[in-house]
Amino acid sequence: MSVIVRLPTPLRPMAGGKDEVFIDGATVRDVIEKLDAAHAGLGARILDDGGELRRFVNLYLNEEDVRGLDGLETAVKTGDVLSVIPAIAGGR
Amino acid sequence: MPGAVSVPRGFLELKIESTLPDRDRPIVAYCAGELRAILAAGTLRRMGYKNVLAMTGGFAQWQRLGYPIDKPFQMTDAQKKRYSRHMTMPEVGEEGQAKLLQSRVLMIGAGGLGSPAAFYLAAAGVGTLGLVDFDVVDETNLHRQILHTHDRVGTPKIESAVKTLKAYAPDVNIIPFETRIDSSNVEEILRGFDVIVDGTDNFPTRYLINDACVKLKKPCVHGSVYRFEGQVTVFHPDAGGPCYRCLYPAPPPADMAPSCAEAGVLGVLPGVIGLLQAVETVKLLLGTGKPLVGRLLAYDGLDGKFREFKLRKAPECEYCNEEHGFPGYIDYEFFCSNAANE
Repeated sequence: MSVIVRLPTPLRPMAGGKDEVFIDGATVRDVIEKLDAAHAGLGARILDDGGELRRFVNLYLNEEDVRGLDGLETAVKTGDVLSVIPAIAGGR
Repeated sequence: MPGAVSVPRGFLELKIESTLPDRDRPIVAYCAGELRAILAAGTLRRMGYKNVLAMTGGFAQWQRLGYPIDKPFQMTDAQKKRYSRHMTMPEVGEEGQAKLLQSRVLMIGAGGLGSPAAFYLAAAGVGTLGLVDFDVVDETNLHRQILHTHDRVGTPKIESAVKTLKAYAPDVNIIPFETRIDSSNVEEILRGFDVIVDGTDNFPTRYLINDACVKLKKPCVHGSVYRFEGQVTVFHPDAGGPCYRCLYPAPPPADMAPSCAEAGVLGVLPGVIGLLQAVETVKLLLGTGKPLVGRLLAYDGLDGKFREFKLRKAPECEYCNEEHGFPGYIDYEFFCSNAANE
């Protein structure tokens, strides 16, 4: 299953400046692990040491928050877009 | 009368179809006495309105009987002219504009997001605009914070913002709060306002504003920016939506979330996001359209795309779930500086 992973600006430098990358995987967790294998360090920005989704990062499979699906075990299919949306605070 | 729709007799035939499109809806016409109500009811019946009555005794008798009345808001001639392009639209109209003029919006932060949002909210005729900021104008602010001018560098942002907004919209009542918002003053500041607009630049204040809005049941229009990217949503648990903590239960550690000062920001970007916040605010005040409650609008300026994500109310959220009760304010600086351990 080839999934498009959309990266937010702060994480793009870790993927050679790309805003989206194609990753194969069967579940969201699988995709994140393979993303990390392709671009070292990206995984740690999304998952904590215990392998859980960080609390200031949301993953949306297409439009849906994966926390409301099966979390990191949510199955993905070819053509899905997995968006990584971290909390940002800037505004003043 | 409360809930009544006001249509000038001279414009009845012209305006009634856009005001009351449903011809089956029961209508009671009234005027000060009786005569104009009877004439209006006759006109409406001829126009195909099926269920029209004229009220005998009129408003005078209604008042004599002690029934509830709304004190009508009187727009000045200058206001009618200034906001005429608003009032032409069915979504606003005279009633909507009167609502805006009687509304109270609190803009927290008179900076990148606060500048465009406050500018347009004042221009739109929001009657009372509260502004919170403690900072002074710095030269590095000027590429995005359009409320401030070069000659005001070094002066308080609040002072500068009030000056600009007063010159632009003289009849808007501006309430300045030149203070750093914290747990001790947040409720006092927020209490009198209908909608809170979050234009701050740091996580501790964002969590504080969220918690106070949840407690006081006020909608919070959220905007945040990073370089070419921005996010907008409306946190309004009282309307069934999630709160900021549902979305982000904990803030990122400092090294994973550089500020505008460290990371930079495209000057126009807070303009885009701040104006979307202003649009959402006006919608909330008018009670029109579909507010961004439970939806996150993410803008990527580099690829020129808006993307929408569905937000979920976290069942485990300790702040916005009614059955938990309000857990109280916390030490927000500590909560955010210790975020690395989360």
